[in-house]
Amino acid sequence: MIEFEGVTKRYPDGTVAVDDLSLTVETGQITVFVGPSGCGKTTALRMINRMIEPTSGRILIDGDDITTRPEAQLRREIGYVIQGAGLFPHRTVLDNVATVPILKGVSRRDARSSALGLLERVGLTADLGDRYPAQLSGGQQQRVGVARALAADPPVLLMDEPFSAVDPVVRDDLQQELLRLQGELGKTIVLVTHDIDEAIRLGDKVAVLANGARPAQFAPPADILASPADDFVASLVGRDRGFRGLSFADGNEIPLKTIDHGVDGLTLEVDADGRPLGWRGPDGLLPTEGSFRDGANLRTVADLAILSPAGAAVRVDAEGRADGLVLLEDLAGNVRSQQRERLAALATSNSNGEAG
Amino acid sequence: MSDLWSYLATNGGDVLTALVQHIWLALLPVAIAFVLSLPLGALVHRYVPVRHIALTTGSVVYTVPSLALLLLLPGILGTSVLDPLNVVVALTLYSLALLVRTTADGLDAVDPTVLQAATAMGYRPVRRWFAVQLPLAMPVILTGLRVATVANVSMVSIAALVGIGGLGQLFTRGFQLGFYLPPIVLGLVLSVTLAVIADVLIVVLQRGLTPWSRAGAR
Repeated sequence: MIEFEGVTKRYPDGTVAVDDLSLTVETGQITVFVGPSGCGKTTALRMINRMIEPTSGRILIDGDDITTRPEAQLRREIGYVIQGAGLFPHRTVLDNVATVPILKGVSRRDARSSALGLLERVGLTADLGDRYPAQLSGGQQQRVGVARALAADPPVLLMDEPFSAVDPVVRDDLQQELLRLQGELGKTIVLVTHDIDEAIRLGDKVAVLANGARPAQFAPPADILASPADDFVASLVGRDRGFRGLSFADGNEIPLKTIDHGVDGLTLEVDADGRPLGWRGPDGLLPTEGSFRDGANLRTVADLAILSPAGAAVRVDAEGRADGLVLLEDLAGNVRSQQRERLAALATSNSNGEAG
Repeated sequence: MSDLWSYLATNGGDVLTALVQHIWLALLPVAIAFVLSLPLGALVHRYVPVRHIALTTGSVVYTVPSLALLLLLPGILGTSVLDPLNVVVALTLYSLALLVRTTADGLDAVDPTVLQAATAMGYRPVRRWFAVQLPLAMPVILTGLRVATVANVSMVSIAALVGIGGLGQLFTRGFQLGFYLPPIVLGLVLSVTLAVIADVLIVVLQRGLTPWSRAGAR
């Protein structure tokens, strides 16, 4: 757990980068600081490993004030990933990854051999170990950056715009990879980004920060989409937030209709193995526009239902056989009742907060 | 050509002495200046006021004609005019003027985000300097060292004009003998060869020390 207690950073020229920030980052979760550039999010992040010292207030990690430990020692317990990776250009990939363990006194040989294992863990092949950073692509460099930050197995990981310097396709890969890794490792991660979509995708909790790192809203991403706290958050979240919010709901929550359920004169036609072929009706065979499997989110299901000529998304099993239909009207009812529940819960917690 | 060989046959010992003296008169100042330029360059890199003073001083030193400096130094140092120390000090000053600048440039060229990353990994300042900052500045620093070394090898010849040894002696002797070519040609060839060898040695050193700087030039 990382606690900010009334943390302020005021520079000699009078600018206040962080103004009285109090916030708690939960252990084992990804907490995202998102906000426009200059809002103080990076300053807040860099105070956790004392790259920047607060003017007042304090920061606690698991209850201990971070200023009670020597800076270098503290930093070796906190992984750090920056935009563009910031790898050492004069060291090979393997030596880059081995950096922190060597600083902590692990022998070079042991550090390098465990670095090799880490490369595979972040999705790189071992033969890249002897290359220099300049010989890697941007995405590969960023993966090495993540491996380097994880090498000493720190409980806390700080990530400062880690995926901003790579193209959207690679970014998507890296985000997916981070979520997979986090599923295995369960680190306490604080990630800074200006990209609200990245924040929503990666965060267990998202702190939307306004100028002076003032938390305009600090909530799970689904809540931020469903109910932005103010106009600032709403404008940052942008359009389609209702639809985007569906990606946090499970597609399996909607009651299924059987596949022989006809819709408006259309019935699903399947081949001999049970795989969907299309919707049969007076206009002939119309395409299904795709199908979903177990584990799909509600956004995917809703999209399929909208595209379907029958207004019904087709669910298939592991072998690709159609085993159910989600109708647009069932989906709409479900979405409506979920949103009503969520807003009611938020209203209750807000009024409790005001009372307390 | 036969004149050259006969000159070498009769004066081989003197030529060798001159060559050896030339080598250490040229290289000792570079070595001293190189060692001094690392801390000085670091100061110049770090403190803006120091930068202005140091770089201006360096430029001024460089504009002082070498012959004038060689004649002035005995008065300042209290040495005799024939003392080789004058040459060593003069060339050290010239080399220093050049190397402090290139060392500072080399340190300036290091990507600040890499240094921040090093700090964030848990490097303490001294270890970061030797393990990250200095190695990354090396390509530029060594380029400066090449220039300084080659410049010194050619500049040592001036020493002969104030009566101190080195290959320059071969030139002065040739002039004294009524533009007698063999010692002049010999001096020229040896001095150029020496400069080339020194340059090649530093390039080899550079490749050995900074293999990474050529990586990525795909």
